Amino acid sequence: MPFRLECQWKGFKLAEKYYGWGFPVDISTNGAQIDNLIYIVHGLMAILFVGWMVFLVYALLRFRQRPGHEAEYKPHHHFKVPTFVEVAVAITEVVLLCAFSFPIWHQVKKEFPSKENSLEVRVVAEQFAWNIHYSGKDGIFGKTDPKLMNAMNPLGLDPGDLAGKDDITSLNQLHIPVNKSVIVHLSSKDVIHSFALPVMRVKQDAVPGQSIPIWFEATKAGNFEIACAQLCGLGHYRMRGFFMVEDGDKFSAWLTEQEAKKLAQAPAAV
Amino acid sequence: MSKHHDSHELPFWRKYIFSTDHKVIGIQYAVTGLLFLLFGFCLMMLIRWQLAYPGKPLPLIGGLFSETAMIGGIMLPEFYNQLGAMHGTIMVFMGVVPLAVGGFGNFVLPLQIGAPDMAFPKLNMISYWLYFVGGLIMFASFFVPGGAAQSGWTSYPPLSVLASGGQTWWLIGMAFLINSSLLGSINFIVTTIQLRAEGLSFYRLPFFVWAQFVTAFLLLLAFPPLMAAAVLQLMDRLAGASFFMPSGLVVNGVSSAVAGGGNPILWQHLFWFLAHPEVYVLILPAMGIVAEIIACNTRKPLYGYKALVGSVISIGFLSFIVWAHHMYLTGMGTKMSAFFQITTMIISIPSIIILTSLMLSLWGGSIRFTAPMLFAVAFLPMFGIGGLTGLPLGLTAADIHLHDTYYVIGHFHYVVAPGTIFALFAGIYYWFPKATGRKMSEVLGRIHFWLSFIFMNGVFMPMFIQGLAGVSRRLYDPMQYAHAQPTQVLNVFMSISAWCLGLSQIPFIINFFKSIFWGERVNNNPWAATTLEWSAPSPPPHGNFVKPPQVYRGPYEYSVPGSKNGYIPQDAVEAGSHV
Repeated sequence: MPFRLECQWKGFKLAEKYYGWGFPVDISTNGAQIDNLIYIVHGLMAILFVGWMVFLVYALLRFRQRPGHEAEYKPHHHFKVPTFVEVAVAITEVVLLCAFSFPIWHQVKKEFPSKENSLEVRVVAEQFAWNIHYSGKDGIFGKTDPKLMNAMNPLGLDPGDLAGKDDITSLNQLHIPVNKSVIVHLSSKDVIHSFALPVMRVKQDAVPGQSIPIWFEATKAGNFEIACAQLCGLGHYRMRGFFMVEDGDKFSAWLTEQEAKKLAQAPAAV
Repeated sequence: MSKHHDSHELPFWRKYIFSTDHKVIGIQYAVTGLLFLLFGFCLMMLIRWQLAYPGKPLPLIGGLFSETAMIGGIMLPEFYNQLGAMHGTIMVFMGVVPLAVGGFGNFVLPLQIGAPDMAFPKLNMISYWLYFVGGLIMFASFFVPGGAAQSGWTSYPPLSVLASGGQTWWLIGMAFLINSSLLGSINFIVTTIQLRAEGLSFYRLPFFVWAQFVTAFLLLLAFPPLMAAAVLQLMDRLAGASFFMPSGLVVNGVSSAVAGGGNPILWQHLFWFLAHPEVYVLILPAMGIVAEIIACNTRKPLYGYKALVGSVISIGFLSFIVWAHHMYLTGMGTKMSAFFQITTMIISIPSIIILTSLMLSLWGGSIRFTAPMLFAVAFLPMFGIGGLTGLPLGLTAADIHLHDTYYVIGHFHYVVAPGTIFALFAGIYYWFPKATGRKMSEVLGRIHFWLSFIFMNGVFMPMFIQGLAGVSRRLYDPMQYAHAQPTQVLNVFMSISAWCLGLSQIPFIINFFKSIFWGERVNNNPWAATTLEWSAPSPPPHGNFVKPPQVYRGPYEYSVPGSKNGYIPQDAVEAGSHV
């Protein structure tokens, strides 16, 4: 209970700062385009809806049944198609697809930053936590095997693989540097989860049996959250992770600290 | 065409329980569907308590639930997930579809085409009883160890394969419901093609019949893949198969014993291949009902009848190639997503043609604001909101932020609840006199309408705000997330609206039962309508028509200049028809 209260209190502080009734704050390089598209679509929807409403209310008032008023018999209307609205909607949709949705999706899905200039991270979801895996100094992820997974080794790192010696793992804490692109290789150990970073406008299902790459870049430092967007069982509602965007120096310091911790534990573990 | 029917009296159980009469079966479907709608709505009112006041004990009735559902009145997450999954399943498969297709389709369609009954009356009876058994299985699953299905109405594996026993009941229940729909849909198709009255060509069919006809094809073609998928998932659960289970699963820190090699995404394809056409199964009959009521209550022919028919047919075809827009975030690349975005945008065009034509039908009319008309008119803007909010969800880039949030919930509820369910209420008020010979109370109908209209919007409109704020769906306790906390106050507002919406149905329930016995007695055609069902006696006897009707004209000959009563029924021998 005390833990939960504290969480809520922290949450409220975050809530005031970053979240409200509109979009969450946007701290990503891709987010602004997505938000713009959502704004534009809603603007167009509002125009069409208001148009319909004005027509509807006017028609209902003007053509209400009353003494002396009769309906018009227009059988030729039988064969009419309301073309004006349809053509306008069709053209608008073509523009929305070609000018916005296709290019943005291409950028998010295909235009990955080069690996040399990015931080690569593995995120492995499980009921009900996010395992974060950094490759360490050598830049190579150690081999993992589902058979080796246990409470002490949630990622199933192979102790015999040298590349894994310097790997850093953390639970529910994703630290990334600001202004540097990040590539996340997303997978799941058990059921389908969905990795959502509301402040980054990032969302991707984590599917067991697949590793799906995504990328993003943060433009502001701060402490945010990871949400699970896909029903994954009893604890779906509390599958909350922490998403820390830090200045380059602070992030390096954190990495070094984690490496030191890992070295300190290593002899005991072997 | 003419068929001689038995004049001798059938025993009670053959007449009212195991009846082969389409009207009795239609009423059985409608009443069962309404009961399930009420039950599914009650599940939702429980959910709304937990969402508004997470972790607080449920007052008054909290103590009635077992320890596996609530402890001291405080809802457990497993029960919350059961309520969520079963609310969706019940509302879609056991409430709206049986009422819209089984109820209205069975009762109205044969009458509107001038047929004495459905083409296969016994198949029709079996169809209802399969539905009934399927419904019982679903209902009973709440009482099995581990409770009912709790993996969402979409039942995505591996979660659903790993879930407790209720999921097996869900799959078996679905098998019954699927087969019920298949038998029903064949019956509708054959009846519409074979049993139309003399002179009733396809272009003289009321729009309602067209909508049901296309719906039947959707059911016939979309359900078999789900049947296959349900059997495969059953094999995964019971026989150790791995159709949907990939290799290397580690559940709860333990390596899973499944053989592996399957793919969970395959289920999503099979499920949505049904479930997207199913969305149109929910909406097309509703559009049919609304079109009938608008034509009758504006006292003029529908605008763009042929465009409506063309649109409903193209929606039927297109609905089979949009399913993967539910799956943009499963790891889809650019080519696949481009295809499904394009088809999704294309299908919006015929939908808008239908909506616009129905709106333009009001122009130049003489509009009677009867209780059914109020619901039918309200359908237009409500379905408009539901349809328009589908646009940002259909664009992959916008969907990244909105996917799996409350925006989605708001979107499809606007389509189905103030959309389809309003149309169904309209249909009940409209055809009640045909089924009983008595009219429902207008005053209670108006009270029911205005309260429902206000509170429906109170429930669903705030969901768009929550969705834009990024709040995920299916959260047992939204307060766990910082980004969900600012909009928590809306949850309280929506829950109070939902309970008020529940209370708003009381006038309807009173009206329904009161009118069966004491409603105002009316003649065979109380709305002065033109379609064939109003030429039959109210209630129609076994065999429906006194003599087989002969059709001379199109369905909506209202306000014809020089006509005797200001309208000309389809089967009236009278000069002055144009279609």
